Amino acid sequence: MTLREGAPVADAMMELTETSPCAGLLPLRIGGWALEEVPPGALTLIAPYKGQEQALSAALEAVHGMGFPAPNRSHAAREASLIWFGRAQALLIGPPAAEDLAPLAALTDVSDGWAMVRLEGAGAEDVLARLVPLDLRPQVFEIGHSARTELKHMMASITKVEENAFQIMVFRSLARTLVHDLKRAMEAVAARG
Amino acid sequence: MRICCPLCGARDRREYSYRGAALPLPDLAADVEVWHAHVHLRQNPAGPLEELWQHEMGCGAWLKVTRNTATHEILAVTLAEEACA
Repeated sequence: MTLREGAPVADAMMELTETSPCAGLLPLRIGGWALEEVPPGALTLIAPYKGQEQALSAALEAVHGMGFPAPNRSHAAREASLIWFGRAQALLIGPPAAEDLAPLAALTDVSDGWAMVRLEGAGAEDVLARLVPLDLRPQVFEIGHSARTELKHMMASITKVEENAFQIMVFRSLARTLVHDLKRAMEAVAARG
Repeated sequence: MRICCPLCGARDRREYSYRGAALPLPDLAADVEVWHAHVHLRQNPAGPLEELWQHEMGCGAWLKVTRNTATHEILAVTLAEEACA
């Protein structure tokens, strides 16, 4: 976009419209499953400084009501969730991170960086079984469990948020590929009847 | 082949990327011949070998993996940060 000489910058900025990562792609309903975009709010990557792990967990508990999650686990509170996001990392979803945390951990605002969708319906794990090399059956991957893994060659975060519902995250630039692959998997499993 | 990540549990090989043999780093001031050996010369044993793998598609951690190069049996896995501590 080029600006007319002399045109106020604010006028040009007014024409920009924010779009969500999966805008125009979702929702989808195929077979017994619904695939919807999750409006993420703020996303903050929290990486504790060396030796501050316990202090950080206590501070998180105090301000956000959730301690630092153990590997492969997540916490959910009202309008916020905290999911384990890799070695010595957690992702706070919903509210912005409290400033009290800044001395204890590196806080990185990654809002807009991730596409976040929710796959819901009985047997949703059968759809994901086509794409993910993990056992996501309910007796193994329970509510609150979370995993960093691969989804059809994409780095993904998968969290079981409710019975029959998974939250799936990939980098925002892969949103279209994610929806395409999930759609194909839903269609394929639905076709088996 | 599956590698048991100390953080994530047993995961498929496709989630990992391979770095190479886990070798002690020479002193920075060491002789050029020592560095040449470190960079280029390998024993290539048919049997147990200590290697570095990264759980790239998972938690991102670097792992020190002892793998039998003849059978692909994984004999031991530790976080690299603990192996070096």
